[in-house]
Amino acid sequence: MEAAELWEITLRSLWVAGAATLLAALPAVPLGLWLALKGGGGLWGRVLLYAGMALPSVVVGLFLYLLLSRSGPLGFWGLLYTPYAMVLAEAILAFPLIAAFVLSGARARVEEVRLLVRSLGGREAQVLPTLFGESRRTLAAALAAGFGGAISEVGAATLVGGDIRHHTRVLTTAIVVETRKGELEAALALGMVLLGVALVVTALLVLLERE
Amino acid sequence: MKPVLWVKGLSYRQGGFSLEVGGLEVYPGEILAVLGPSGSGKTTLLRLLSGLLPPEEGRVEGGFRVYLPQTPLLLRRSVLENAAFGLRLHGVPRGEAHRRAQALLERVGLGTKARQAAHTLSGGEAVRLALARTLLVDPEVLLLDEPTASLDPANAAQVEVLLREAAQEGRGVVLATHDLFQARRLAARVLFLLQGQVVELTEAQSFFQRPQDPRSRAFLEGRLF
Repeated sequence: MEAAELWEITLRSLWVAGAATLLAALPAVPLGLWLALKGGGGLWGRVLLYAGMALPSVVVGLFLYLLLSRSGPLGFWGLLYTPYAMVLAEAILAFPLIAAFVLSGARARVEEVRLLVRSLGGREAQVLPTLFGESRRTLAAALAAGFGGAISEVGAATLVGGDIRHHTRVLTTAIVVETRKGELEAALALGMVLLGVALVVTALLVLLERE
Repeated sequence: MKPVLWVKGLSYRQGGFSLEVGGLEVYPGEILAVLGPSGSGKTTLLRLLSGLLPPEEGRVEGGFRVYLPQTPLLLRRSVLENAAFGLRLHGVPRGEAHRRAQALLERVGLGTKARQAAHTLSGGEAVRLALARTLLVDPEVLLLDEPTASLDPANAAQVEVLLREAAQEGRGVVLATHDLFQARRLAARVLFLLQGQVVELTEAQSFFQRPQDPRSRAFLEGRLF
């Protein structure tokens, strides 16, 4: 594999996983904080959310494939076999991870933050923004988990992305292709790049959470 | 003189515990000590007075009051941002809030630590910071839940100076404490609680020198826990 193609695949992997993490975080972070404010969302709410963390990626990919295929209800979007479909699939997988991490971290602080805000004469509506500000460590961990889940995902990315060279091929799908071709050296090299990318992004998030 | 806090027919129940306070008034510049053994209802009373807990019956009325819990609640921010937090909640712009917070931090001896992370403060400094944050929102009534419980005598003395100053500024101070010497040093009046009932509400001097109720005497002699 040419160095230029390796760069292209690596950058696409970063772009897809990064966009998926942000797309998932937009609703997942407020949901996690809101559930923490509401006492954790109840037992069944938590069961549902935590079960979402174990969503099989090929099943998500299959459902999304059915939705986005030309004869599917969202076929008119024309997203199947594009990086955008991969972003969608990975965002769906990252969503419960991020929400569950945020919920778990925020629950530990919510009563303390509420007491502080209310005891100083603040309103209940001011608890959530304060909790958000206090959840920086949790947010970093949640984003790292979401990004880790997204960038290492292969099943859904293959189903809705199609692993098209110079279009939707990412590190994980490229590793599968190279392994199938018997190009184990190339597959290993791609694996090392994937590990490196995951480590660098996680390290950046850990640096961000420092006080 | 018009009270800054008044209570009428207050009652609260939770589980097997009930608390009742028929009537209570707190005046500007007064320090009222709330005494009683552990579990007597001191924290519950302060939270009812602050409005954090809704009473089952009765009314609590008065001026703007804030509650300071026993363990200082500090945000994962700098000392200055923690001090300014209450002002920010009340809509004071960031620059103005920081300027006022810095001035009060100087007064409570934390001026040089303003940029430090709040979690690096000692126990005594954390209490002074929490008290400064409380004073900055300019309450008419301070409701303090054993603020010196975990402090050494030197730090406790510094906090007591701040409480005296707060009272001299015309605030009503309700101080729950286990420290009888502290109550004697600071309080004008004492409310003695036992199992959620007011046993005595009287002048501090009278309470400590001539307690009317045998349970008060037992408490002062250390025979009631």
